[in-house]
Amino acid sequence: MEQNNESSSLSEVQHVILVLSGKGGVGKSTITAELALALRHAGKKVGILDVDLCGPSIPRMLNMDRANVHQCDSGWVPVYADAEKSLALMSIGFLLDDPDEAVVWRGPKKTAMIGQFVSDVAWGKLDVLLVDTPPGTSDEHLAILENLKKHKKVDGAVLVTTPQAVSTGDVRREATFCKKTGVRILGIVENMSGFVCPHCSECSNIFSKGGGEELAKLIGSPFLGSVPLDPQLSASVEQGKDFLQSFPDSATFSSISSMTKTLLSSLQTP
Amino acid sequence: MAHLTYGRLSCIMTKYANKSLVSRAGKQIIPLTACCLQFTRRHRSIDAKALHERQKQQMARGLPKQKAITGVRQVLVVASGKGGVGKSTTAVNLALALMANEPSKSVGLLDADVYGPSIPKLMNLKGNPELTDNNRMLPLINYGIPCMSMGFLVEETAPIVWRGLMVMSAIDKLLRQVDWGSLDYLVVDMPPGTGDVQLTITQSIPIAGAVIVSTPQDVALLDARRGAEMFRKVNVPVLGLVQNMSVFQCPKCNHQTAIFGSDGARRLADALGVTLLGDVPLTVNIREMSDVGKPVVVSSPDSPEALTYMTLASAVVRRLQEINT
Repeated sequence: MEQNNESSSLSEVQHVILVLSGKGGVGKSTITAELALALRHAGKKVGILDVDLCGPSIPRMLNMDRANVHQCDSGWVPVYADAEKSLALMSIGFLLDDPDEAVVWRGPKKTAMIGQFVSDVAWGKLDVLLVDTPPGTSDEHLAILENLKKHKKVDGAVLVTTPQAVSTGDVRREATFCKKTGVRILGIVENMSGFVCPHCSECSNIFSKGGGEELAKLIGSPFLGSVPLDPQLSASVEQGKDFLQSFPDSATFSSISSMTKTLLSSLQTP
Repeated sequence: MAHLTYGRLSCIMTKYANKSLVSRAGKQIIPLTACCLQFTRRHRSIDAKALHERQKQQMARGLPKQKAITGVRQVLVVASGKGGVGKSTTAVNLALALMANEPSKSVGLLDADVYGPSIPKLMNLKGNPELTDNNRMLPLINYGIPCMSMGFLVEETAPIVWRGLMVMSAIDKLLRQVDWGSLDYLVVDMPPGTGDVQLTITQSIPIAGAVIVSTPQDVALLDARRGAEMFRKVNVPVLGLVQNMSVFQCPKCNHQTAIFGSDGARRLADALGVTLLGDVPLTVNIREMSDVGKPVVVSSPDSPEALTYMTLASAVVRRLQEINT
């Protein structure tokens, strides 16, 4: 039966974490990439599944946008970011002929594609698979949950927000979505939390501050931490550099490292 | 056959006279005259054309038919492939600036972001819309702008977990079941992405032009380019690009930092051959005012940010006139 073939694609993946937000542009893909790099530094084998079909950002962020996907006996081979195969990636960005091509699909086609991403990719042995999602609560989210639940339990979701009210409002909806679909909320990340001027070190709360922490209290979920706005982070992510290697002294590095530790310990406790 | 003149007929016969054209009929190979085959070929090509037309009609069945919204003169969409670049903030301030520039014009605002409706928060509007006698929804009005959003129809904390088909039906209601009255411009705040909502809207109503918003960083520009490409595919004119969150000026030392990169949207506008309609800096003022539902064009009309939006509105009107002439 089909089930045997499908279960082999995810059977050696230990944990699956979704990175969600109701709101667009809060930094889901950036946080996913940074968490993946931090987990890799901690010696884990990580995979990133990018199910944002209309706006796949992961290939560009990790400087892999020219890579191609190959086939093997057990399905599609994910694109590896390094020779040791410690970071595996899959995104629709790798399947497009032209990286600027627009993917203008309705729901059913997106659902089918995501089904293939889950069951036809030979992920192999992974400690953590991070799933980067698009904003909203639509076909992509339903599809990824349905497909992941068929194969194995989803360990949980990390919700990313910026501190301002328009963001936390949408992320609150997303939290309700998680509760309704039985997805454990591993924690809230407050991104773009404050900006420290490189010239005079004055901290400006461009997108407000504390909204993420308040939201975490409101919905009764752990607060993983806040990541400040760091122009060096944006610049290095743009260029696909490993931020954690280039800027170990930045505030961003310490927030992301502590988040990784918290996540790993919550994954151990059921 | 009646359409061909004698001259054309003889021309065809001369052309094919030297070729040996055969046709199989059962087990025998029957040589046919050139002119018969030519007529058969023409007949087949007419058939093929009719078939193609019929196929097109069949495929169009089930898709929404494009029909203008009653009372609305021009529809402007504010879009971007990318989320969180400031579409809603731009849409709100653009609508207010259009009215501020020309107070005689009437402007409406439609929030098509079904999953994350931001317009209620940005325009400080709450509550369920009332119904008219013929069951159409009355838009909620603030600062002189009638607004409609999914946010008025659902609870603040309720997620809208809908598949594409349901979203199509909801968008249809937001377009057709609202009593807009008479509007010169309807500004539509689109959701991020290039999927069902975008397709439904572009297929349902005629759109005068699209304004694409982006921040300067690469990942945003990639998606903005895809958004522009999508509008080209569905024949919606792209009025231009808006570069949002371009530069941050430290309130203490005035040092300028390009947090999200510099001038990327300007370069993309050049690459796509579209106008750069406006350049909005990243200021705490815009965010603070948005959070309390007092858009900057209304709360601080003399501020540099508000003036940027007014300039943007003038540029949009100019581009619309250019396209329509």
